[in-house]
Amino acid sequence: MNSVGEACTDLKRDYDQCFNRWFAEKFLKGDRSGDPCTETFRKYQLCVQKAIKEKDIPVDGVEFMGPNKDKPES
Amino acid sequence: MVKYFSCTGVLKSTWDQVCIAFWQRYPNPYSNHVLTEDIIFREVTPNNCLISRRLMTKTSRAPRWMERYLPKHMASSAYIIEDSIVDPQKKTMTTLTWNISHARLMSVEERCRYQINPENGSWTEVTREAWISSGVYGLTRAIQEFGLARFKKSVTKTMKGFEYVLAKMQGETPSRTLAETATERARETALAAKEKAKDLASHAHKKQYV
Repeated sequence: MNSVGEACTDLKRDYDQCFNRWFAEKFLKGDRSGDPCTETFRKYQLCVQKAIKEKDIPVDGVEFMGPNKDKPES
Repeated sequence: MVKYFSCTGVLKSTWDQVCIAFWQRYPNPYSNHVLTEDIIFREVTPNNCLISRRLMTKTSRAPRWMERYLPKHMASSAYIIEDSIVDPQKKTMTTLTWNISHARLMSVEERCRYQINPENGSWTEVTREAWISSGVYGLTRAIQEFGLARFKKSVTKTMKGFEYVLAKMQGETPSRTLAETATERARETALAAKEKAKDLASHAHKKQYV
């Protein structure tokens, strides 16, 4: 899958591979021994956050789960 | 005035498998409208939940009568954010998805809950809710009806996409046949040709008035 930043797709792929392995083998099994993907994540984020700014994508100030605040618990 | 919709579905895979598939669901044969996908925020919380934000670009697929209300540069693709919380202790995942572009034209917010199916511990129950609204004076109902109809179609594609990815993960041959793929491609080509013809016709029509 492509990144919104054309130059970031390879960095995204590297990060995704690391994350998917950690998620399935450690996180879901309750292993809290730490995140081996911080470096690949950092490189990927530097690239993609720059692309987001360049394309003026309005992600700033959008609160996590923001639209959930005005909704009843299901 | 907001249109509300909810439905429940089942994925015949374990909650763990579904969560793993959730991060690998794109691309799949049912997601041709999803152009880009990026994780733009992620953290493990102090109580060991994974919170993430995913940014997606999707084709806008609005009908011509709706696209007229969009500024030219916005017509072709839309930005969507998906926030999620995965709790591996409680075995629940909650997601909230909404569009951050085109929102005045039409806003769609979707909340999903993924948990172990109460009747079968090896299956996953997906509860989905949507809130659809529009701010265009005089067209609110038409836009909401369009939004709801498209949302229902997209729920089917979402579940098929999930089943495809899960089957692939589990080493099975995904059930989407070549014939199905060919039919869908033919339909998409015909639709694109129809849109192109309409476009040319409307340009020719406009030229008469210049």
